[in-house]
Amino acid sequence: MTTPNPFHESEEAAKARRMRSIVMAVLLAGFVIMVFIVTITRLGGHVADTAHL
Amino acid sequence: MFKTKTPELAPVGVAAAAPARWQDYVQLMKPRVMSLVVFTALTGLLAARVPVNPVLGFVAVFCIAIGAGASGALNMWYDADIDIRMRRTRNRPVPSGRVQPSDALGLGVTLSLFAVTIMILAINLLAAALLAFTIVFYAVVYTMWLKRSTPQNIVIGGLAGALPPVIGWAAATGTAPLNAWLLCAIIFLWTPPHFWALSLYTTGDYAKAGVPMMPVVRGARSTRRQILVYSLILVIAAVAPAFTGLGGMLYLAVAGVGGAIFVGLATILAFSHAGDVIEDQATGLYEVKTGVKAARNLFAYSIGYLFALFAALVVEALAHLPALTL
Repeated sequence: MTTPNPFHESEEAAKARRMRSIVMAVLLAGFVIMVFIVTITRLGGHVADTAHL
Repeated sequence: MFKTKTPELAPVGVAAAAPARWQDYVQLMKPRVMSLVVFTALTGLLAARVPVNPVLGFVAVFCIAIGAGASGALNMWYDADIDIRMRRTRNRPVPSGRVQPSDALGLGVTLSLFAVTIMILAINLLAAALLAFTIVFYAVVYTMWLKRSTPQNIVIGGLAGALPPVIGWAAATGTAPLNAWLLCAIIFLWTPPHFWALSLYTTGDYAKAGVPMMPVVRGARSTRRQILVYSLILVIAAVAPAFTGLGGMLYLAVAGVGGAIFVGLATILAFSHAGDVIEDQATGLYEVKTGVKAARNLFAYSIGYLFALFAALVVEALAHLPALTL
């Protein structure tokens, strides 16, 4: 049974859209990871510093 | 002040075309230009010769690359009406109809904001300000104004392409000293001979699109003479880092030998007839008729020359080779 295509688009168009979505998801995940790593890098050793608590 | 866009070809991007693939969005960002920008920005970052956290160094160069890509997308959005008239550019995503103009605009604006914001948060304000200026200068001053208005378009507009090493240097140090601007000056002076050599054998395309490139407006002879003048100034400027505490022996050798060849090729071009007959059959940047080979040779060599100059600085910085103190 085939899934109905709500966008009434060709198979080629659906495939292109799916690939764009996948690339966008990967880029967003990469962005989150980059912000996390930059934050840790900028904070440096202060992240683990609990002396002031 | 701003020239209007070509009306008879608008709107672009409405022709029935294949659906946009993700690669089309990459193409909007002009990846070849981005690679040159990454290289020159990295050179600026390393030539500063200060310790840089590798993660932050990577992020700085990444932001500069994304900023360059954003500029490319904005350029392709605005220039779609002239891109469709030129063989070299008519298959770009917007004129070919694969990507809607509004999508290209959205991509350019979003990436610009992303690159500048991350630069502010992760690196420093000076680097971010220089990056923002570069994007605006390329997208607005060059693309929307100079390109369609004056044969000096690529001379003044070349500043946008020349700034990445200064941004890289500012990202590393938070400052932009004379040596950083010297790198900027080298690319700035390199741009006219590089692009005019190309335009000498793509004159027909530019004329058809109504872009006032130097050979179209002033003729081939004047362009060849100006290429020689700019080449002489360029090779002198390119040697200067060896006298300002930036370049070492390797750099001086590359700048000296490379500069002599550059002037040699520019002289051959000046005495040639390249561009006298408007080429209309060339199919690629390197496939040209015999008469314009002198222009093609200088265009191809200029890329290697700039790469060699900056590569010498990178090697000296990575190998901790001392700069000359003359």
